[in-house]
Amino acid sequence: MSTFDVFTVAGSGMSAQSVRLNTVASNLANAESVSTDPSQVYRAKHPVFQAAASTNGNKASTAVNVLGITESTAAPDSRYDPGNPLANSDGYVYSPNVNVVEEMADMISASRSYQNDVEVMNSARNMLLDTLKLGQS
Amino acid sequence: MPLDINSYLGIHAQALMVESRRTELLASNLANADTPNYKARDIDFKQALAAAGASSGTSLALQTTQPGHQSTEAGASAAAEPGVEYRVPMAPALDGNTVDEQLEQSAFAENSVRYQATLTILNSKLRSLMTAITGS
Repeated sequence: MSTFDVFTVAGSGMSAQSVRLNTVASNLANAESVSTDPSQVYRAKHPVFQAAASTNGNKASTAVNVLGITESTAAPDSRYDPGNPLANSDGYVYSPNVNVVEEMADMISASRSYQNDVEVMNSARNMLLDTLKLGQS
Repeated sequence: MPLDINSYLGIHAQALMVESRRTELLASNLANADTPNYKARDIDFKQALAAAGASSGTSLALQTTQPGHQSTEAGASAAAEPGVEYRVPMAPALDGNTVDEQLEQSAFAENSVRYQATLTILNSKLRSLMTAITGS
């Protein structure tokens, strides 16, 4: 049993949420990146999280692993825009399947979770520092 | 008559260990707030304290000589952890995650205050002991 594992767990949580924030930023930045070819167009990226069993046998601490980044398999939108230099022969361009509202909600959730992990880390650090002061005046 | 430090510190030392364990569990819950199929866990204080009080110094551990042997020490298997239970979720989630961030945050805050309170009590007990020893 080690309360120091809290730092590992909170750190992995912060790292995972920041990967999530990165993907949100990428999706929002590329929301308007159109392409001629539907197989080449940008697809929304989402991270996959997994709970990681503790490596030192501590059953109370479960860190987060980012298994990888998956790309959305939903069909890209096409819209009629013959004036666009990237339009195909029929005048259609394909735009990414990024749902901006979903991404903003994701961003809010990721930043809340990140703040929670920071608070956990600060509290655990204060608790341990106070424990070290036991017996002193 | 020698002083038994365990009985002098009493239940507070065990309470501190249970609270520290609870900190780890709640931190794991908060870190895994977005992990699919993660089930939130917490400690039932009453059960955990009762088990900690009952097992201090009186448990017999099975002798293990090979890695595959089972042990009866507390913490050796997930089922043997006294008081660790799964949280009942208030609302179902599509991805199977049962962590309610607000609930976990408030539990974490409460646990921090309990931990500080226990530390204060332990500190005052130790200071009284020191005063008795040094006489000043």
